[in-house]
Amino acid sequence: MIHVTAVLVLLISAFIFVVVTGMLVYVVVKFRRPENDDGNEPPQIYGSTNIELAWTVIPILITVVLVLVTSRTIGEIQNMKMPEDALKVRIVGHQWWWEVHYPDLGIITANEIHVPISDRDAAKATPTHLTLQAADVMHSFWVPQLAGKTDLIPNKDNESWIDPYETGVYFGNCAEYCGTQHANMLLRVIVHTKEGFEKWVANQKAEPAAPSTPEEIEGHRLFFANSCVNCHKVSDSVAVGVFGPDLSKLMTRQTIGAGVAPLNGETLWSWVRDPQVLKPGCFMPDMKLHDKEVDAVVAYLETLK
Amino acid sequence: MANGTTTVEQEEEYTPPPPERVGEEPGSLTQIVQEMVYTVDHKKLGLMYLGSGLVFFVVAGIMATLIRIQLFFPNSKFLEPDVFNRFFTMHGTAMIFLVAMPWVFGFANYLVPLMIGTRDMAFPRLNAFGFWVFLFSGLFLFSSYFTAPGLYNAGSAPNVGWFAYSPLTAKAFSKGHSTDYWTLSLLLNGIGSIATAVNILVTVFCLRCKGMTLGKMPLLVWMFLVTAFLVVIAMPPFSACQIMLILDRYLDANFFDTQAGGSAVLWAHFFWIFGHPEVYILVLPAFAIASEVIPVFSRKPIFGYPIMVAATVSIAFISLGVWAHHMFTVGMTSVGNTFFAISTMIIAVPTGIKIFNWLGTMYGGKIRLELPMLFCIGFLFQFLIAGLTGVMLAVTPFDWQLSDSYFVVAHFHYVILGGIVFCLFAGFYYWYPKAFGKMLDVKLGLWHFWLFFIGFHLTFDPQHFAGFLGMPRRIFTYEAGRGWEIWNQISTIGVFFQGASILFFVVNLIYSYIKGKEAGDDPWDAWTLEWATTSPPPEYNFDRIPEVRSRRPLWDAKHPEDPDWKFE
Amino acid sequence: MSAEKLASLHVGHPTGFVNDPTDGTGPWVLPSQRKVGVICLILTESALFVIFVVAYVYYMGKSLNPPFPRDVIPFPTKTPWLASFALFGSSFTIVYAEKMMHKLDRKGFLIWWGITMALGAYFVFYSATEWYELIYHEGLTISVNVFGTTFYSLVGLHLSHVIVGLILLSIIFVLTLFGKIPEDHIEHTEMISWYWHFVDGIWVVVLTLVYFISARY
Repeated sequence: MIHVTAVLVLLISAFIFVVVTGMLVYVVVKFRRPENDDGNEPPQIYGSTNIELAWTVIPILITVVLVLVTSRTIGEIQNMKMPEDALKVRIVGHQWWWEVHYPDLGIITANEIHVPISDRDAAKATPTHLTLQAADVMHSFWVPQLAGKTDLIPNKDNESWIDPYETGVYFGNCAEYCGTQHANMLLRVIVHTKEGFEKWVANQKAEPAAPSTPEEIEGHRLFFANSCVNCHKVSDSVAVGVFGPDLSKLMTRQTIGAGVAPLNGETLWSWVRDPQVLKPGCFMPDMKLHDKEVDAVVAYLETLK
Repeated sequence: MANGTTTVEQEEEYTPPPPERVGEEPGSLTQIVQEMVYTVDHKKLGLMYLGSGLVFFVVAGIMATLIRIQLFFPNSKFLEPDVFNRFFTMHGTAMIFLVAMPWVFGFANYLVPLMIGTRDMAFPRLNAFGFWVFLFSGLFLFSSYFTAPGLYNAGSAPNVGWFAYSPLTAKAFSKGHSTDYWTLSLLLNGIGSIATAVNILVTVFCLRCKGMTLGKMPLLVWMFLVTAFLVVIAMPPFSACQIMLILDRYLDANFFDTQAGGSAVLWAHFFWIFGHPEVYILVLPAFAIASEVIPVFSRKPIFGYPIMVAATVSIAFISLGVWAHHMFTVGMTSVGNTFFAISTMIIAVPTGIKIFNWLGTMYGGKIRLELPMLFCIGFLFQFLIAGLTGVMLAVTPFDWQLSDSYFVVAHFHYVILGGIVFCLFAGFYYWYPKAFGKMLDVKLGLWHFWLFFIGFHLTFDPQHFAGFLGMPRRIFTYEAGRGWEIWNQISTIGVFFQGASILFFVVNLIYSYIKGKEAGDDPWDAWTLEWATTSPPPEYNFDRIPEVRSRRPLWDAKHPEDPDWKFE
Repeated sequence: MSAEKLASLHVGHPTGFVNDPTDGTGPWVLPSQRKVGVICLILTESALFVIFVVAYVYYMGKSLNPPFPRDVIPFPTKTPWLASFALFGSSFTIVYAEKMMHKLDRKGFLIWWGITMALGAYFVFYSATEWYELIYHEGLTISVNVFGTTFYSLVGLHLSHVIVGLILLSIIFVLTLFGKIPEDHIEHTEMISWYWHFVDGIWVVVLTLVYFISARY
């Protein structure tokens, strides 16, 4: 229904633009001072009550139309009720990443929101309800193809929802300037089929395989010996840090650093070695690990899938 | 005057000293500088405002150029993130407070006393105070680039965006002093602005020449009067914001501290209560200039003077009630959102009417397409588009997609650059001859106009599309594959046209001063009082305080068989 | 546009656009610059106060931790009755002083003006003692909670205006004492009294809001 409003507004604006620009062009062309001007001044008209009335009343009427349409649309959208069984997702905005919780499913992830496809038919729709919170400064949730923006404000819970009709990956950004890496606080919404979504949930809930190779075990040890655990939670352990993203299922994600780079062996290595290279200014410091240590930690992290 | 009123008596005739030209003193540089420092003359101060604004315009324009170069390629490494963030903060802050406001006050200072037929502003020393406080605030803001390193090594310039939303500006998230530079310099800037606005208000109410009732003032004076009123009412909320932010940052107050129950959104409300009237403070003077230039170059009086006044006054009042249309995404109730959508649409009506009145002025006239008029025609075209994109943004659900995107960036640059600055350029070309006695060169002026027109459209038209495609504001880079590259690239190319255009403009200003055609008192055959004295005017403006009987006193003098006061 | 016509427009010529002198509009009277200036000042300061008042109202009852208004400024025990009375009274005494001034009674003026200053000074003194109590004994600081923040900012903004007013009053007092204010500067003094009335008016709002309405939160 936003679509209809948008088209109406565009049409009205286009109409006004064409009419007024036409008037401007006409006036400029028709009333240019002629080459052989006789030097007399044109009739000095001071105004005309009728004309002025006309061009006051017509814009008022157009405004009334726009006002009615807008009010209705606002009302419809903001007063919409979510179905009881809508999937609930809680998002917490951080400088410069997105914390994503599925409270009913017990899943925590970051920077990606996975949802099942919904349906145009309201009776069969399965929208996803979003609760939006912020941990530090103001952010804004914006996935253009799926929803308008809603801000994430500390100490204020906001709500939004998405109701996708096609599967795929939808790109989003933080849309409220939040500091150095605001540009790289990217977001993806991945819309699955219903079965695909179930599979994803199952995978997220499953425990990852324990580290088996010596390198992985060494990496696991390093992860806990260094202060990684102070920020990053990993589900199977005492690591309960919440300052940084939950890494339990790190390898299931498409990007690293909230979208600053695609997630693969190379970028993961670079990130662990020194995150400031890929995302200067982010709050993960250079952990000052030797290359061999980085190899080990990366090997461990790659088991988290 | 002991009993609380000002009575203007008939002045004695006297032989004035020979008229002086600004800056032509056979003195040394010291003498010129001394004169600038000590002057309380509204004309000199006006020119100083305009000149300082121009310098800041060039600096902030260079910042914009660098920003656009960075955005030419996705994932560009031309600028570091924090350098970029400081640039867009400083660009926005400088353009609004150190370019647009001083240009507005510059024109007000120069023209208002001349147009109402008096010798100076009501409080000349306050006037000088206002200027120097403004200049100091600008230098203070830019000095932040040279002070102790902030986050990275780009000095300590502010990087919180020109509207500095909390809690980003809290001590916890904005370490070092960069935000303090922003806060303190703008607090000072605000004081200067309020001082000048009070001066304008008092001057217009109390110093008009005999016969010039409020209904007979030139429309420009009306618009500056309303602008000054808006400054007086809307600037204090901004000062309040600064005071609250300073208290929060330094005394641990809790205005915006969400941990203590404070509200982050409160800053946004208070800021925009100032911020929205601020854009009307910038645009009404542009309307003022258009309302003087268009009639003279159409050879007709302004069409519908009373309704233009009424529309201006109603715009001022309504503008105090539309602020939260900048905040449609914060999660206000549907009632709140609807109220602000409606009030914003309502304000489009008086604004739109003015466009019709200007067209009505041109209709049936004999339009002279000289440079001031060309810039005004550009203004009309671009302001129309700006107004329409504004109305689109007022439709709240539309805004939920387009807020904080490049569509908004395009919209406000259309208003400020395509609308306001075009009119200010018209004003420069129209009144330069009065201020300096020389006409600005037409050829250079045409290069200025066309390069700027092309550059402006190349830069800002594509940004509408980038916004539609989902590009948010204030990002120092973007990923490839979103479809944004082409729009960014066209946009960047436009910047170079604009830069070249300004070069022509500055060269014109200097060249014409030295070699320009003599202007005489009234080169445009205009009708308001400033054209009834020499170019440049003597320091005391008029040999004799004029008396008027209509809105166009010089028309009456030039057409004694057909004076305005028979028909108005 | 001929040269003569152009010349006739300004330099020393009595005709030109000076129109019919018998147009019957009477003497040209415009408002006093000082009065309009002070009215603008009052308008702009009022706008400033409005924002701090709005912040106060918004945060009423929203403090997360004590001290709360009902603990530290309960009605009527901790309401500043005497100080308010003094401040409101000073608006009356200043009117008396102005009456003396119009009668050119310098001594009378100095007495009443001095009483006005004394009343204003008492208000400041009371505020100082009240704040001392609040900060050191009750623990209400600007940083402790949003009540503290909004209380000190609003009341403090008003207090700073009272202090500035007192400085202005003393300048007039001293200058009059040494006979330095000529008779035709009566309006200047009147403008300072307008400012003083404005400060008083603000106190009506602040007193009602802070000490009457919010005292129960």
